[in-house]
Amino acid sequence: MLGSLALLAGPTYLWLLVTIFLPLMAMLYFSFLTIAPIAGPGGTFTLSHYVDIFTKPVYLINLKRSLIMGLEVTFFCALVGYPAAYLLARQIKNRWREALLLLVVLPFWSNALVRTFSWTMVLSDNGLLGQWLHVLWPGGPSLDLLYSYKAIVIGLVHAYLPYMILTCYVSLQAIDGTLAEAALSLGASHRQVFQRIILPLSLPGLVAGSILIFVPVVGAFMEPRVLGGQQGITFGTIIESQFTTSFNWPLGAAMGFVLLAVVLIVMALFFPLLRKHLN
Amino acid sequence: MSVVDIKQVSKRYGQTLALNNVSMTIAQGEFFSLLGPSGGGKTSLLRSIAGFVEPDEGSIEIDGKPMLNVPINQRDLGMMFQNYALFPHMSIADNIGFGLSVRHRSKAEINQRIKELLSLVHLEGYGERRPRELSGGQQQRVALARALAPRPRVLLLDEPLGALDKKLRDEMQIELKKIQREVGVTTILVTHDQQEALTLSDRVAIINGGKVEQLGSPREVYERPHSQFVASFLGNANFFTGVVCGQADGMTQIRLPAGQVIHSSHGAGRSIGSRVTAAVRPEKLHAAGSNGPGQPCNRLSGRIAHEIYAGNSITYWVEIGAQQVSLTAQNNTAPALSMGAEAHLEWAPADTIVLD
Repeated sequence: MLGSLALLAGPTYLWLLVTIFLPLMAMLYFSFLTIAPIAGPGGTFTLSHYVDIFTKPVYLINLKRSLIMGLEVTFFCALVGYPAAYLLARQIKNRWREALLLLVVLPFWSNALVRTFSWTMVLSDNGLLGQWLHVLWPGGPSLDLLYSYKAIVIGLVHAYLPYMILTCYVSLQAIDGTLAEAALSLGASHRQVFQRIILPLSLPGLVAGSILIFVPVVGAFMEPRVLGGQQGITFGTIIESQFTTSFNWPLGAAMGFVLLAVVLIVMALFFPLLRKHLN
Repeated sequence: MSVVDIKQVSKRYGQTLALNNVSMTIAQGEFFSLLGPSGGGKTSLLRSIAGFVEPDEGSIEIDGKPMLNVPINQRDLGMMFQNYALFPHMSIADNIGFGLSVRHRSKAEINQRIKELLSLVHLEGYGERRPRELSGGQQQRVALARALAPRPRVLLLDEPLGALDKKLRDEMQIELKKIQREVGVTTILVTHDQQEALTLSDRVAIINGGKVEQLGSPREVYERPHSQFVASFLGNANFFTGVVCGQADGMTQIRLPAGQVIHSSHGAGRSIGSRVTAAVRPEKLHAAGSNGPGQPCNRLSGRIAHEIYAGNSITYWVEIGAQQVSLTAQNNTAPALSMGAEAHLEWAPADTIVLD
């Protein structure tokens, strides 16, 4: 039994080891070298990249900016995604539900870069959104969203919203309908039913969605690049440029591990609070 | 004094009439059962009283107040669900205190009430546990305590014992009845289990096809069923269809198709020549020679075709002409009947129930 299980699971773990662990280890090694040993041996041990990250303002400012961006995007995804998931899971039935779920996952079927560039056409001053606004409100202010922090957040919320809807949907539709009936019969208002029954029981979905969104958004570089313009510098884009333009792999690797550590610390801070609810 | 007053309530779901002009009143402190097969409308009626279902016609009054447009959470009801519906993320104490806590009662009052109820349902010391750490029977008690905590005017029980195994169910029936007596709360039980309804209730309404088939005390509905449906849904019955051939001294004679005549002390007012169906409970039949009643008897003879051994009782199926008649005997005498043997069935005229 154990043997056949190991036979089944073995390749998976081997694959994970090779594809995740080994490259990460290599990067961790690089992050302590002066020059990445790609062309040949060379580069000596140094802590200078880590020291730079924690002493030079450019890194700390952008790290803080990326963390705030991660929180904001997660917040807006929850704000929009949770009610959508609630409607989908608890109000809409049968075929409509299937159709709407399909619409939620539809964006996954298109290329992320194409989707992001399509936002530039929507958000620019004479883009679709701006033109509609001028039709509805002639002489209104011009809608100059493109190449701003707002544009980045809009693009990221759009890209990651389906994760929030899906995780919340799964946990909301698993809640037994008689629990709400029981609470109502005990005199609870609809608001109390939501606050004291539905929300706590769907919290695992909200948490899972937040983690799935926060972690990649903090390191995101594509949406800031395309939609942010001058405002588009984030911790993620700095890391990316170390690998693509500056060709300073050790610094990029060191920044990557600092980001990983920060994200883990943020999780660790929230976890005791969540565990109380999830149990 | 009536607490729940149901007046000519009808409810339609698409083509099906779930409730068809149902009326009944339920008295203060009464244990009232809605009994019937699934899909018969009993659950629709309970959910109408609770407020989850809005009747199309008729009215429901609680304490004389019409409940139309009164939302569930203002009806002052306690409800127990078949799956218990305990809140999995709350402790037992918080589950029980929920109804008081949403009414913003003081912490001291809530804690006091939780303590009272935990002791009422014999779960002292379980307050800090989570529902999933409790057995089915214990969860059942918590659900009852939670429903009773806000001192509801009416307690609604929706097949509350359906998920328990037989032995635990029997124990919980006794417990439920005891607690209901102690608290004195007006209680409406929905069940498809006739034995449960008979054991627990002060009165039973048998509901089928959206209508009340019969309403009365357990003894009335069992001993004097009005219809073939009630007679066969509550326990077992042998049915004899024949023609009234005589009326004298409060006795009705019914001639069966094969020519035998049976006697009934009921059915006065049936005109001679009319067709009637009579029901006789299997346990009211005796084999001649065993300890039967010493009064004028009905007597039919036949041959024993089957025997069903059920431990405390034995049921014999006796072939009388084209009909099979069942007789249930307590398993307290040496078996006097054997397969294939001739048997003479006897019963008192009082046990021949003439159906409407």
